[in-house]
Amino acid sequence: MLTDRKTLVRTLAAWAVALLLFFPLGWLFLTAFKTELQAISVPPLFVFSPTFDNFAEVQVRSDYLLYAKNSLIASVLSTLIGLAIAAPAAYSMAFYRTRWTRDILMWMLSTKMMPAVGALLPVYVLAQTAGLLDSLTALIVVFTLSNLPIMVWMLYSSLKDIPHEILEAARMDGATLWKEVRTVVLPLSMGGIAATGLLCLVLSWNEAFWALNLTSAKAGTLATLIASYSSPEGLFWAKLSAASLMAIAPIIVFGWFTQKQLVQGLTFGAVK
Amino acid sequence: MAYLELKGIHKRFPTAHIIRGVDLSIEKGEFIVFVGPSGCGKSTLLRLIAGLETISEGALTLDGRDITHAPSGQRDLAMVFQSYALYPHMSVKDNMSFALRLAKQPPAEIEEKVNRAAGILNLANYLKRTPKELSGGQRQRVAIGRAIVRAPKAFLFDEPLSNLDAALRGSTRVEILKLHRSLGATTIYVTHDQVEAMTLADRVVVLRDGVIEQVGSPLELYDRPANQFVAQFIGMPSMNMLPARALPGFARLTQGRVPAEGFIGVRPEGVVVDAAAGPAANDGQGAAAETGRVELIEALGADTLIHVDVAGIPMIARKSARTSLSSGDTVKVRLDPEALHLFDASGRALAA
Repeated sequence: MLTDRKTLVRTLAAWAVALLLFFPLGWLFLTAFKTELQAISVPPLFVFSPTFDNFAEVQVRSDYLLYAKNSLIASVLSTLIGLAIAAPAAYSMAFYRTRWTRDILMWMLSTKMMPAVGALLPVYVLAQTAGLLDSLTALIVVFTLSNLPIMVWMLYSSLKDIPHEILEAARMDGATLWKEVRTVVLPLSMGGIAATGLLCLVLSWNEAFWALNLTSAKAGTLATLIASYSSPEGLFWAKLSAASLMAIAPIIVFGWFTQKQLVQGLTFGAVK
Repeated sequence: MAYLELKGIHKRFPTAHIIRGVDLSIEKGEFIVFVGPSGCGKSTLLRLIAGLETISEGALTLDGRDITHAPSGQRDLAMVFQSYALYPHMSVKDNMSFALRLAKQPPAEIEEKVNRAAGILNLANYLKRTPKELSGGQRQRVAIGRAIVRAPKAFLFDEPLSNLDAALRGSTRVEILKLHRSLGATTIYVTHDQVEAMTLADRVVVLRDGVIEQVGSPLELYDRPANQFVAQFIGMPSMNMLPARALPGFARLTQGRVPAEGFIGVRPEGVVVDAAAGPAANDGQGAAAETGRVELIEALGADTLIHVDVAGIPMIARKSARTSLSSGDTVKVRLDPEALHLFDASGRALAA
């Protein structure tokens, strides 16, 4: 009986926390289907006849697909380039440790402790000088660089878990470096690589600071699309919600399907 | 020229000089065991031979070919690791055939070699399993199988039995020996377990601090240790080492051959302990007897270990019968004059 009551309390608590976390998203979802008038009504409306006008309006007013395409290109390319740079770095740090390895890792992570705005001016000037303002190239470069420390760390911790002797066994068996990586290291670290890639995809997709500061109409991502609906000319809650919903829907669906890998990647070392 | 030859091998790490000049000639088909206390460099020496560490100085030749700086994969050596180091994502069959597939051997030939090895090692029913689904002993056999399918010029074993429980260790040791007999392959085997060293080896290499202390057959090392270290390292319990100066009664037994600062070594089976009042105490060798006190009796069944304290020096006697002595008894301790090993002050053995 006691355990039953405990379970009940726990279940209720879990639901309470889940609802609390979900509420803003749920409210966003509801508001997206309201008229602007319904959206600001007091008391708030829970029951209403849904409308799709906001979505049509957003597409007409600001070309949702262009922003979605930019988001997709920027996040996918920056993730792929990031993996290509981070993987060899993590490999060498995991398997050829020196007494500097720890310090280098810490230094890499420390760059993430600086507020991004601290680098805004130099990065902006660099982009301007290179003629890359409002270009996807600039976004991809900045996304890649800002995600690199996390990518190296995550890949490092997943590679570090591969026993060194397995690689030595492969070497004794006659494997070249390339064969060793392809037939042993890659299969054994697939989970970690996938988790790293997924996390960086999500981070890049949601990135707003650099996207807002470096791009406008041409290379803007979905984050800038959302921001454009909270403009000085007045707030349009329903349209803002519709735009937000359209912006986050792909990544939510994506996250839903990959949650297993994501959780595994984020708890590396914690759960063995 | 020897089959596998180590000449003046040194290994220096930035902070330590681990291997300090090792010369060793190994003949084809020999079973060589590297043994020594932890940190003596035995595993490093094996890894240098395997090419998993770079040789700082010296030369290594195998079957007439200089392989000092050859990559591991091109040395034609197979290694069995302490942790087995099986590829966790591959089946037993893929584990065993990995090297052959890398070498692009014809599939039919690979199939046949793997099946033959699996037959020898009783793994035929497990070929489709992954290492996770095997017991420790089976994993160990897969690791051995992975080595033998390659038919390498030499096998390297790095403490392969230390992860197995005692019973399995004993039986696997016998299997490794049988396998060696049937394949006749040159083998280098690293262990810190002297029972493995004594039972497996054609020749044992005793290492300490990166230097070879002695090379010889197991019984040579047991009967004629070159120095105090080898004398005490080989044999269980280890040889009693008695300072000549402290025990003049025993020193007289050597008829002056042991220097005053030297040591008398005697294995526990060469020590005779009798009750002080017993008749055996006065058998004409009374002069060579010292008086001691029994500290502890270890009755092992087949034989009995008697720990005695003689003038503050602990000794162990092995008696192949039960004893009526008990701890605290005063006893006469005598040495078998035929069983003495004499060492000079620096620990080097003196010709007996």
